[in-house]
Amino acid sequence: MIDVLIIGSGGAGLTAALSAQTAGASVLVVGKTYPTNSQTSMAQGGINAALGNINEDHVSSHIADTIKSAHGLCDDDMVRKMCADAPQTIEWLEQLGVPFSRLDNGKSGKETVAQHQMGGASAKRACYAQDYTGLKILHTLYDTCLKEKIDFLDEHYLLNLIIKDGVSKGATFLNIRTGELKQIDAKSVVIATGGYASLYHGFTTNAYGSTGDGVAAVLRAGGAVSDMEFIQFHPTAFKHSAILISESARGEGGYLLNSDNERFVDELKPRDEVARAIFSQLQNNKEVFLDLRHLGEKKLMETLPQEVALCKLHEQVNPSLELIPIKPVAHYSMGGIDVDYALEVNGIKGCFAVGECSNAKVHGANRLGGNSLLEISAFGKFAGENAYKHSIYASSKSADDKQLQEDKAYIETIYKKENRINFYEKRVSLGKLFYQKVGIVRENKALHLALEEVISVQVALTQMGIEDKHQANNSNLIDFLEFSNALLLAPTIISSAIARDESRGAHFKVGFEEENKDLQKHIVLQWKKEQ
Amino acid sequence: MEIKIQREKSVESFEVSHGITLLTALYEIKEAQDASLTFSAGCRASVCGTCAVRVNGKEVLSCAYKVQEGDTIEPLQYHPVLRDLKVDKHKAKETLTKSTAWLQSYQETSLNHKDEMQTEKQTDCILCDSCYSACPVLAVNPDFLGPFTLTRAYRYSIDKQESNAKAIVDNIQTNGVWDCTLCGECTAVCPKGIDPKMDITMLRGISLQHGHTDPSFATQSFGTPDFGGGFGFDPNGGF
Repeated sequence: MIDVLIIGSGGAGLTAALSAQTAGASVLVVGKTYPTNSQTSMAQGGINAALGNINEDHVSSHIADTIKSAHGLCDDDMVRKMCADAPQTIEWLEQLGVPFSRLDNGKSGKETVAQHQMGGASAKRACYAQDYTGLKILHTLYDTCLKEKIDFLDEHYLLNLIIKDGVSKGATFLNIRTGELKQIDAKSVVIATGGYASLYHGFTTNAYGSTGDGVAAVLRAGGAVSDMEFIQFHPTAFKHSAILISESARGEGGYLLNSDNERFVDELKPRDEVARAIFSQLQNNKEVFLDLRHLGEKKLMETLPQEVALCKLHEQVNPSLELIPIKPVAHYSMGGIDVDYALEVNGIKGCFAVGECSNAKVHGANRLGGNSLLEISAFGKFAGENAYKHSIYASSKSADDKQLQEDKAYIETIYKKENRINFYEKRVSLGKLFYQKVGIVRENKALHLALEEVISVQVALTQMGIEDKHQANNSNLIDFLEFSNALLLAPTIISSAIARDESRGAHFKVGFEEENKDLQKHIVLQWKKEQ
Repeated sequence: MEIKIQREKSVESFEVSHGITLLTALYEIKEAQDASLTFSAGCRASVCGTCAVRVNGKEVLSCAYKVQEGDTIEPLQYHPVLRDLKVDKHKAKETLTKSTAWLQSYQETSLNHKDEMQTEKQTDCILCDSCYSACPVLAVNPDFLGPFTLTRAYRYSIDKQESNAKAIVDNIQTNGVWDCTLCGECTAVCPKGIDPKMDITMLRGISLQHGHTDPSFATQSFGTPDFGGGFGFDPNGGF
């Protein structure tokens, strides 16, 4: 039996795998794609660590900034741990060969790592590798995994966790290539499956696959989820494709204009404020544009070449001559699987969660840019170590195949089902519903309507199925399972948002525009066991 | 407008909208016309490396190509086709492992902006496999390590933090640097503007510094007793 089964092969999963194996565990990493395809590749800005390479900085400042941004909803001890671990995390990444951007300061090692300013930080703290920080960290981690001979099982889709008496015993998977189901037994499990922001289909910067598969699996297995209502919106994405336009476009001096050609907000305010200002313009039937024309073609090509290319491709706009139509979109899920101080899932022993899928309570109500890459690497290591420690004393008796048989039966019913309603259309309408009613500005009446609508879609799910009846390489089936997971999480987000009659960080509610001290707490949800 | 897609058994035509990316077009088809159309996709923003295909014989990322009337879409070459446009990319792991393209042994050293720039482009690689599909050497030698692996080997071998570059260089001699024909097809198709051809050329120089020789040159000069005919350099002929 494997000691540590890691589900998800992005930055968090790879880090956990390396640390568990280094500690002495036998490890298997299972992912629904290939490791380098993960969402981690999309992180641009940087990874925070109080190295003070440019100006004075201290771990205590990093902690203070993170706590401030979290609006009272983080766990100070977890924040302290993450921020204190940051410098040594950078050192570790250095030793793996991450090609960070460098300073000309005549120094060596991590003291040469370039750092820049990001929103909400009191110092230049974000270490970066041009604007490909996530990509370069991810690929270096992958190279290291190959070096350390980590075992991978690619293209395996997580179905369910296997639980016996509240203890995790492994998980069931669908082999996407063959269509066969498989049970993998393990002494410890690490879930590193990413966030759920692609629930906002059409209104998210996230990849299609960020459907919260691991979060949904934990909920089904009796574990807890928390802070689900906190979803960070990025102010500037292309109007049509929802592809992210880097914050540096505003940093370089870009303006935001409405259709009356007026500037309506200080573009450099925090993400949530700018996003709300843009959203209210859109609600008033005004279009919103990013204006980079005054920067001139030469400067644009020097400082934002990728953005220029993306504008031309996705919006058919030349940013040196024309306005870029934009909208704010869902970007990051702060909430997720509720974990304790060891990153062990509350409600499931021997199961750990790390990265965007987990709620380690370091981001609270609003994540600080540069802290997500830090979380996946600093806590990825921690999760791997803790999973190994658990495996030492865990029983090596395999679970029976009850879960596997149930899952087999379930997949069979999907194949047999008549497909009366096209779930792809529902995926689009659910995304739109969430954007309009569970988005940047919330209101109880709209939230209740959204909940009713989600429940009606859940009911209609029985009439949705798959057109494609192939067994092997059936992406129609995977899309359906992903949609089902997103749909399962939808009510947890809405009901938490309804319960939170206040405005805090990324959660803003009309009629309750202030923070309410009584609500300075986490909303934790768990399924009741059927009697 | 109409586009053609190479599917498992035949080429099929589909109607798609104007002015959209190929990836959006593929989803248009999957969501409303034929749910069985199979392709791979991820981030939509050209960083995850999932969605490379061939359009009219040239490799592109579906998410970064604006689809045109009459385009013919095919899966990548030299990869086992799993279904329609979806291919098996496991070979990447094999070639990367064989080449040991990773940091062998870290040493702390002074670094500056210029050092960063040495490998800035090479580390933009997203492992989309476009260069493997375009590489004519892979058509005749499936064991060739291929462009992106050699680019990655180069990137680590010149890293100032690497204290054992020789280990990497030693591992790219067989089916590696010398097997490339320097045709530049890889460079032409890279969506990230990486130049594997140049990297391989540089690696040849590094290989020589580490005491390796061009095996084809060695064979031609000294290896074959048959001096007459053949394609090699004939030391007895003509001077």
